[in-house]
Amino acid sequence: MPPYKLNINKKTVSVDAVDDMPLLWVLRDVLDLKGTKYGCGVSECGACTVLIDGRSVRSCQIAVSEAQGAITTIEGLAENGKLHVVQQTWVDLDVAQCGYCQGGQILSAVALLTAHPQPTDAEIDTGMSHNLCRCATYNRIREAIHHAAGMKSAAKGDAHAGA
Amino acid sequence: MPVLETPSTYAEKLAEYDAGMQALVAEIRGVTVPAATGASNMGRRSFLKKAVFAGGGLALLFTLDTRRARAAEGEAPEPHAETTTLNAFVRIAPDNTVTLYSKGPEIGQGIKTAFALIIAEELDADWKTVVVEQAPVNPKVYGSQSAGGSTSIPRGWDQLRQAGATARAMLIGAAAKQWGVPAAECTASESVVTHKPSGRRLTYGAVATAAAKEEVPDAKTLPLKARADYKLMGKRIGGVDNAKIVTGKPIFGIDVQMPGMVYANYTKCPAIGGKVKSANLDEIRKLPGVVDAFLLDGTGNPAEVMPGVAIIGQNTWAVFKAKAALKVEWDETGASQDSLTAAAAKAKEISAKPPTPQTNTGDVDAAFASGAKVVEASYEYAMVSHQQLEPENSTGWWHDGVMELWTPSQTADRGISQVAKLLGIAEEKVTIHQMRAGGGFGRRLSNDYLCEAAAIAMKVKGPVKLQWMREDDFAYDFFRAPGFHYLKGAVDKSGKLTAFQNHLVSFTAGGDRPVSGGGRSNNSFPTDMAPSTRYAVSLMPLKIPCGSMRAPTDNTQMWVAGSFLHELSVAAGRDHVEFLLEWINRPLAPVEAGRGGEGRIGFDPKRAAGVLKLAAEKAGWGKKLSPGQGMGIAFSFAYGGHVAEAVELSVDEKKKITIHNIVAVADIGPVVNMSSAENQVQGGIIDGLSTVMGLEIEVEKGRIQQTNFDGYPILRMKAAPKVEVHFIQSDFRPSGLGEPCLPPLAPALGNAIFAATGQRVRTMPFKRAGYSI
Repeated sequence: MPPYKLNINKKTVSVDAVDDMPLLWVLRDVLDLKGTKYGCGVSECGACTVLIDGRSVRSCQIAVSEAQGAITTIEGLAENGKLHVVQQTWVDLDVAQCGYCQGGQILSAVALLTAHPQPTDAEIDTGMSHNLCRCATYNRIREAIHHAAGMKSAAKGDAHAGA
Repeated sequence: MPVLETPSTYAEKLAEYDAGMQALVAEIRGVTVPAATGASNMGRRSFLKKAVFAGGGLALLFTLDTRRARAAEGEAPEPHAETTTLNAFVRIAPDNTVTLYSKGPEIGQGIKTAFALIIAEELDADWKTVVVEQAPVNPKVYGSQSAGGSTSIPRGWDQLRQAGATARAMLIGAAAKQWGVPAAECTASESVVTHKPSGRRLTYGAVATAAAKEEVPDAKTLPLKARADYKLMGKRIGGVDNAKIVTGKPIFGIDVQMPGMVYANYTKCPAIGGKVKSANLDEIRKLPGVVDAFLLDGTGNPAEVMPGVAIIGQNTWAVFKAKAALKVEWDETGASQDSLTAAAAKAKEISAKPPTPQTNTGDVDAAFASGAKVVEASYEYAMVSHQQLEPENSTGWWHDGVMELWTPSQTADRGISQVAKLLGIAEEKVTIHQMRAGGGFGRRLSNDYLCEAAAIAMKVKGPVKLQWMREDDFAYDFFRAPGFHYLKGAVDKSGKLTAFQNHLVSFTAGGDRPVSGGGRSNNSFPTDMAPSTRYAVSLMPLKIPCGSMRAPTDNTQMWVAGSFLHELSVAAGRDHVEFLLEWINRPLAPVEAGRGGEGRIGFDPKRAAGVLKLAAEKAGWGKKLSPGQGMGIAFSFAYGGHVAEAVELSVDEKKKITIHNIVAVADIGPVVNMSSAENQVQGGIIDGLSTVMGLEIEVEKGRIQQTNFDGYPILRMKAAPKVEVHFIQSDFRPSGLGEPCLPPLAPALGNAIFAATGQRVRTMPFKRAGYSI
């Protein structure tokens, strides 16, 4: 049980935990970052999604001893107090119902938009199907991703802005 | 130390649970909230105290202990010395910040925002400066604080409007006094009182302290706004916790964290009703990170505490790992040995004989004998499970003779007396904090996990968070009961429905009535399907506890009724919308559902016809579709809402369904918040689609066969269709919206499949018949 050095939300933190403790529980119980949610523990629901080096992964499946790379949790997505464009879109379009899955949905959407800046519905289906929403806010999530894509491209002066 | 009852037999306790759940549902759906518990009763004596009366009754109300639980962000903060409390729902600060208290559990239905909007509308508060806090759990002050049966809005409607209106009148009264003018010359808007003749203005913040000294007006003397005058209600308003949700703030039950807190899990017999014979507690206690392990006898009531093993550890992972190493020998005497495959065979046997007892309206046999067309069919549906995404949890802390609890329950108000009884302490010694719930769907009407947390906390020094695994949520649910219907219907020569027979084979928890959620509700529409109608119910014993699941009873009954009505209209060679409109418009026994306040929301043929006609119009009913495509439509009146839905789809040769469009039209009276209402309808419909297509719980030897989401394919993004939502707004009392939108989806879907393929699906989930989406 050596102290593990993790890079979380742009800070290096030292964690004392048994080597097989999933990153999910390190975040929640050891580091008190409660935005990453426990849903199933078997990589089925996506509530525990975090970004590692920009890729969306299930933190319930990554042992603390293997958690290499730059980890971003939902708490670390906003910068300098300004919401990420995807977070802002989630607020603007009032996506959430119970809200429990939405941190994971937002992080998956960020990863999707990195890979596909202007995703088609099919790409959204593929990119977002790791994340269950038991309230089934899928109509709003899809709309919000398209909206965020438009806002991102508008911010970059893309000719297809808002398309 | 816990004073737990000596367990009686599981069968007795199951019957006790089931009767309790049925009573709760009846209470939630049927009890009228007298206006007397509303603002008119929020007199000075009980509530109207300024926060400067520190230590007084009201101050106590608002100082429920959030100091220790920094995670309880949704709760009432310490009152600032200068803020003024006008009543239990409204507090105003000198900077004009208006704090509104939402009294009910937020489970994803949007009630925290909706309740605040209702108050703010009558208060004429400036929504931009409104802050919404979760009210303390104190039903003596707030009345019902449960969420269920889509009744939060109808039951809270009068009380909340009056809370806003009385506070507004007091603010105006205080400003008028300050100006020395008649109150009638003053008006209020966006948290400012204006004296119309002189144009003088005072903010609510400036007059709040004086307003608190005003006499509380009789709410009945205050005019409430007409719908045309609404400034907030009916608009699209974002959820008040959205910013916290998208930044991962700790607002859910599972997020509670306290200094020195330990973690717990509780293991019960996989066949419910079993008791612990022995367990390897000594081994478990030695595992790394484990603090303790002990047995609880429990009460034997599945909604309280079943016998089992508690494991306490330094973190959740240590506890879950120890649970995997736990070896228990169970005594399964009297425990469930249910098999649903055996039950299905038994139901067939039962259906072969004429059912007794029966209830008959009209001369049913004569009506069948004279029918031009007689149709017979059998329908069956599976057991299903709630599986809200936040696994069950509660945090308990036994300190200073008080049991303090934090919970995502739907019925925290009832939890106070339940926990007091369980622990043998006075209700005054139980404090419960309402946390946001990661879904409810009816699962959290039961407080088993809350009771477990309380029983465990009694044996642990310091605060302890009970955390179920997802596998626990599958094993110990209060399931939607499966059922079997044997139907017969007749239409006359003109194609009118004349006779109907429904033999329901359901389950019982030991009495002479179907299990909770498993029968026909007296509030269900239709009460009588045809002028001549026969109902019969046969019951089989079941030890797995059943309960309320989103739109209980209607979620299955309307599928059966709505599908069979289509079978009849097809047999009669009639257009289904025309057939339904005729059926809706015939005289029916009165139906009431979701009533609240002084009014009752009953079935209204005009509202029913309105939503059905508009759904048909918006969906393009009757338009030409390509081969392999079909459209289905269905109507239901459930939980106070009149809703019609149409589904347009294609089915390929492998029975794979592609949904092209779903149209929903709902009449729930006035819409409080258009944004969340639309979201609720879309979510409810996709939830319905998820359940009807693919969800099934299997039970063998009393054990739930599904253990996690890999065996329980809740619908994902790729299968989620676009849902088009329309509201017919009316001046009827508002209904809730959590349930009413779900029931019509299943029959509309089945009817569309029939239209596309000529195949009738009579088993739910449809995957049993080979369909996929």
